[in-house]
Amino acid sequence: MTAPTQTRITWRVATVLEVIPETSRTRTVLLDVPDWPGHRAGQHVDVRLTAEDGYQTERSYSIASPPQDKQLALTVERLEEGEVSPYLTEELRPGDQLEIRGPIGGYFVWDIAVGGPLLLVGGGSGIVPLMAMIRHRDLALSKGDAVARHQIPARLLYSSRRWDDIIYREALAQLTARDNTLEVIHTLTREQPDGWKGFSRRIDRMMLAEVAWPATEKPRIFVCGPTPLVESAAATLVELGHQPALVKTERFGPTGGTA
Amino acid sequence: MRSASKKKATQKRAKQAKRTRDSYAHGEVFADLLRVDGNAAGGLFGELFAMDITAARAKCAGCGAAELVGALLVYAHGMGMVARCPHCQGVVMRMARTPTHVWLDAQGAESIAVAVTS
Repeated sequence: MTAPTQTRITWRVATVLEVIPETSRTRTVLLDVPDWPGHRAGQHVDVRLTAEDGYQTERSYSIASPPQDKQLALTVERLEEGEVSPYLTEELRPGDQLEIRGPIGGYFVWDIAVGGPLLLVGGGSGIVPLMAMIRHRDLALSKGDAVARHQIPARLLYSSRRWDDIIYREALAQLTARDNTLEVIHTLTREQPDGWKGFSRRIDRMMLAEVAWPATEKPRIFVCGPTPLVESAAATLVELGHQPALVKTERFGPTGGTA
Repeated sequence: MRSASKKKATQKRAKQAKRTRDSYAHGEVFADLLRVDGNAAGGLFGELFAMDITAARAKCAGCGAAELVGALLVYAHGMGMVARCPHCQGVVMRMARTPTHVWLDAQGAESIAVAVTS
């Protein structure tokens, strides 16, 4: 069992360094957080906004950056009816300040000490904490030899609606191009580009059986995305023989922009 | 005459029951969509506990299963937050925030065990 963070979770003021567009609906917000205590891949922060009349509201956002990075990156998807995400994705400018609390979560976390194989299953913006794990793995193993990589192979099964909705599409392609122990398998559920040869349906049992390592390999599995996708994928993985304790889930609730 | 009104009453009751069932079913589906993990409530728990308790183990008073707090099923879209046992759906913990207080009801947790960092 992972030891809980021993420091109290407090609110801090973070300064926006950059807002980077990822897709038409998502932005990565790069933050400078003074005295950031460090985090683990998979953790999240709460962001608090305060209106002029004192009304406050908070939302949780997954951390996209690996623990090795100095700056904290959050990737935020704009929800049409959202109270916080439209502000974060459209109004936020470099120099603006945000209140954040974290890092939070001692459950949905992975680092190389946990080992592999590492199987990541994501839908829509559920990729964000999984990307922190992929980046952490990449940086941690970049100094190691090929043997170290082969000991912790990683696979990502990622469901998006359309080609243009794939968050981190270029970054993922670059990572897989230089690391043959990382595989990224996309499924596009709504619309596929001409000549698409990949999966074009929602994540199902057959797909998981094809993509996942057999249960005997004891892959460490992390599933993140909208609640229905997470629950169906996690239940199917357990049916396929994976130990429930090795299947960790992070439900995002009923977010809109997913597969 | 009597039997006709009786029939009508029976039909009315059946209709009402169906309506209740439908709205209940609709509510269930809606709640299903809104369900998140105990992990998501880590920040709120942090207002009460001196540490992040998502890696602590809570024992359900209902069925006795000891589960990581981060793996409980959390419903946080209402007035407060309700954390349920993923095995028996029993309420393990409830939290609410008012302008002056943070409330915790942990009667559904027989124990909460936090690992000590060595």
